[in-house]
Amino acid sequence: MNILLAILQTLLFISLAPLLAGWIKCCKCYLQNRKAPSPLQPYRDLLKLTHKQPVVSKDASWLFVIAPYIIFSATALAVTVIPLIAVDLPTAASADVIVLVGFLAFARFFLVLAGLDVGTAFGGMGASREMTISSMAEPAMLMAIFTITMTASTTNLSFAIEHIMQEGLVLRPSFIFALLALILVAVAETGRIPVDNPATHLELTMIHEAMILEYSGRHLALIEWASQLKLMLYGVLIANIFFPWGMAETLTLSALGYGLLAIMGKLGILAVLLAVSETLFAKMRLFRVQEFLSFAYLLGLLGMLSHIILEASR
Amino acid sequence: MILSLAYAAVWFSFLSGLLALLIRQHHSVIKLLHYCCRKQPAWQQHLDNWLAQAVYPQRIQQLSFILMGVAGVFAISAGVSGLMSQTIITDQLSLGLPWLPWHVRFDSLSALFYLIIGIAILAVSCYGPGYVKDNNEQDHPFAILGLFSGLFISGMFLVLLADDAFFFMIAWELMSVASYFLVAFQHENSANRRAAFIYLIMAEVGAIAIILAFGVLASFSEGGTFTFDALRNAPLSTTWASVAFVLALIGFGMKAGLVPLHVWLPEAHPVAPSHISALMSGVMLKVAVYGLIRFSFDLLGDIHWQWGVALMILGAISALGGILYAMMQPNLKRLLAYSSVENIGIIFMVLGLSMIFLAKGHSNLAALAFVAALFHAFNHALFKNLLFLGAGIIQHQVHSLNIDDMGGLIKRMPHTSKLFLIACMSISSLPLFNGFVSEWLAFQAALQVGVLDNAVLRSLIPVMAAALALTAALAAACFVKLFGVMFLGLPRSRQAEKAEEIQDKGMLASLSLLAGLCFLFGIFPGLMINLLENVAVQTLGYGLPNSTAAGWLWLAPVSMQQASYAAPIVLILALIAGGISFHYLRRDPAVKLRQSDTWDCGFGGLTPRMQYTSSAFTMPFRRIFSGVWRIDEKIDKKAGAMPLQVTDIHYQLHVEDHSWSKIYQPIERSVNRIARLVSRMQTGNIRVYLSYSFFTLIFLLWVVS
Repeated sequence: MNILLAILQTLLFISLAPLLAGWIKCCKCYLQNRKAPSPLQPYRDLLKLTHKQPVVSKDASWLFVIAPYIIFSATALAVTVIPLIAVDLPTAASADVIVLVGFLAFARFFLVLAGLDVGTAFGGMGASREMTISSMAEPAMLMAIFTITMTASTTNLSFAIEHIMQEGLVLRPSFIFALLALILVAVAETGRIPVDNPATHLELTMIHEAMILEYSGRHLALIEWASQLKLMLYGVLIANIFFPWGMAETLTLSALGYGLLAIMGKLGILAVLLAVSETLFAKMRLFRVQEFLSFAYLLGLLGMLSHIILEASR
Repeated sequence: MILSLAYAAVWFSFLSGLLALLIRQHHSVIKLLHYCCRKQPAWQQHLDNWLAQAVYPQRIQQLSFILMGVAGVFAISAGVSGLMSQTIITDQLSLGLPWLPWHVRFDSLSALFYLIIGIAILAVSCYGPGYVKDNNEQDHPFAILGLFSGLFISGMFLVLLADDAFFFMIAWELMSVASYFLVAFQHENSANRRAAFIYLIMAEVGAIAIILAFGVLASFSEGGTFTFDALRNAPLSTTWASVAFVLALIGFGMKAGLVPLHVWLPEAHPVAPSHISALMSGVMLKVAVYGLIRFSFDLLGDIHWQWGVALMILGAISALGGILYAMMQPNLKRLLAYSSVENIGIIFMVLGLSMIFLAKGHSNLAALAFVAALFHAFNHALFKNLLFLGAGIIQHQVHSLNIDDMGGLIKRMPHTSKLFLIACMSISSLPLFNGFVSEWLAFQAALQVGVLDNAVLRSLIPVMAAALALTAALAAACFVKLFGVMFLGLPRSRQAEKAEEIQDKGMLASLSLLAGLCFLFGIFPGLMINLLENVAVQTLGYGLPNSTAAGWLWLAPVSMQQASYAAPIVLILALIAGGISFHYLRRDPAVKLRQSDTWDCGFGGLTPRMQYTSSAFTMPFRRIFSGVWRIDEKIDKKAGAMPLQVTDIHYQLHVEDHSWSKIYQPIERSVNRIARLVSRMQTGNIRVYLSYSFFTLIFLLWVVS
């Protein structure tokens, strides 16, 4: 039953990710006085791309062709260990939260290699910037996550969320720091404003888009889907770790339905916040990003120290 | 039985060295063999054919490497059986000083490092014949290479067997001096001679520190003897124990390449032949780690948490410094050498964590950190050997070590590139590979910091965990860059364009062996961790908090509730996810791939020179962490007829280690200054010298009376 739920939850996660991306776009358009596409537009885009013939550069190697599959599978694997609508997730035991960060690193490793594979200047540029940003974001993320895992004294996400739910609403200073750090990291890692602009092409400022310029057809579809998954993954992490209320603790149909509604509501609100912040802020210069991320790192560290000094039961 | 396996490993590596000496003695060898089988003329005929003049040197090389491989097999079997049986075997050899015969001891700790060396030399023995085949016998005689390789390996084995300080130092020196000759092997370049000289100086200074450390212990031991048993029981005050620890840390740290004692490492490792650099970087540094573990955990015994803090901080500096320096190196083998500094830093950091837990009485957690450190040492030996051996193949095929001369090799060298990719993924600690598991264990140990009651430690350890996370992320960046620049993109030079896959089966086999082990221990880390736990039980007296409860599929060192990782399940899930997406998208045959020109946003006219180079890739890092290096960057622009029109640009970049200018050059200057002062005494005038002896005599007479 649990296994079935894990499969269902993963499928739900994967299928809802484009909807979240579409919803964010809707909100942004509304805020910027533009006419919004339907929130279902990302599904149509993905479907269209899978039916198109992929064009591959003749300088590309085998790595270029298999990279999208690896990127998608690694991101999908990361998704399987995050509780979405119910807390009791058996797959969370096979890979804990450190492995989750490892999966994301795995996907990034191949994304960057794919960017370097064709040998264009754009690909190299995106690759270099992506590695720079991620190598500062990853430690910040681990710091934020360690704060949570030390509070719950487990690195298993399912158990950690269960622990937080059982404790009830407790105001922990460390969690506020960790939440802020994780939000900053999420913004950087998913390539949103002010670190990267997901809507731009053909500009020297782009990061993520620069690496995938050469992709087309189903390859592009997989990579796009993977990045939508990653966006939702960070959203769910923030929503379910810091605001886990509403998640199903028992496996009844009503509890699960309630859990689904809760997570959709939470993600919807997070998406609105993201859209507002993307409308309010402008993109940063590349060499301001390190200040942004070291701030996130500092917040993570402060969260951890405040947990150790103020909260750890001695 | 186990001990005789261990001895056999020493003997065979020694024999492989001796055999290499015969490479110029074709005539006498044939004569001797004829004499030996004078009864069987048919055999003589076979011998003549098999050892004909033309193929004789090659046969000797092959035989020498086969003996090395046999030594490797013996070492592996000694190591595995020593680890499984958990016995301590002692022995005495009738060699050495009259009152101090050589004491031998083979326990789990020695067995583990025996295993590491065994795997490494087995790989090298497959790799070697192909590598030295095209060696120019006139300039670089194989006799020297083979002899010192054999001595070097047997020296390392003997260090692991030694059970008294005297024998330990002899073996240690055998290892150091033999490796000096190997570094100086290609001595026609003055840079190589300089590197070898720096290496020798630092190795000897380190050896002095180790001798002093043993001396401190011995002066407190019963009867002043040098056997490890006596040193173990020496009653030391905290101060003297700390003095001994610091001396040992300097001595072994110098060999292991701890920042700032690492400067010999990036000089010496790149200039040795590739299989020797693999042994030096992958194995010899581990012997230094062994030395430190033996000295502090075993001989000193009573660990203080302050030592752990020192080790952690030094380790963190080495790890971060090593990987940041590695990132800036255009020379492939220098890059790998700096990355060894990083990995040694990680090992020392985790060992420091283990010391802190041990001193604070959390023995099971200490065992966890200890196992993590040993597992990382084992993993590093695997992937660093793989990388260095791969670098040797690439140097052989591309005739360059500059990574900016490569590019596009993935198409020209398909097998090497796949194996190299596995090494890069392991060292970047990606899941499913072995590097990840040891890092995961280290994080799990660091996360248990809540049990400590010292607030300073409780805040320091998370900071160190953060440094470890940053190191891992930077290592991923460094090795993505390395693989991307070397193997992907378009060829950046004519040699890279003409490069071909290596034909020698043995060289590829050795790489495949190591890559296979990297993957195997990434998926089934439990195999190794169970063995490592035996080492922890024997050395620390404690095992993991929760080792067997979860079974082989799961890795749950603390408890299932706290953390678990099941790589086989992850692998199966990954295959399912990849398979579904691949199958689903490939089922429509109408949408096959179309090959075309590179799009590049429609700019067109792409040349290999427009690709990102390695220094371009690391430019953001250079800017962000600019304080770490001494950067000398120059851009010369020449303006053309029109203003703002640039005709050509010269870019110069020189990145240097701070430790040279901050530490070693001042030392060098003061040594020179003292030498100049002393040289004033040497006037060259016989009367002055006679008066020196006269006054010395008067002085001595006055002292005596």
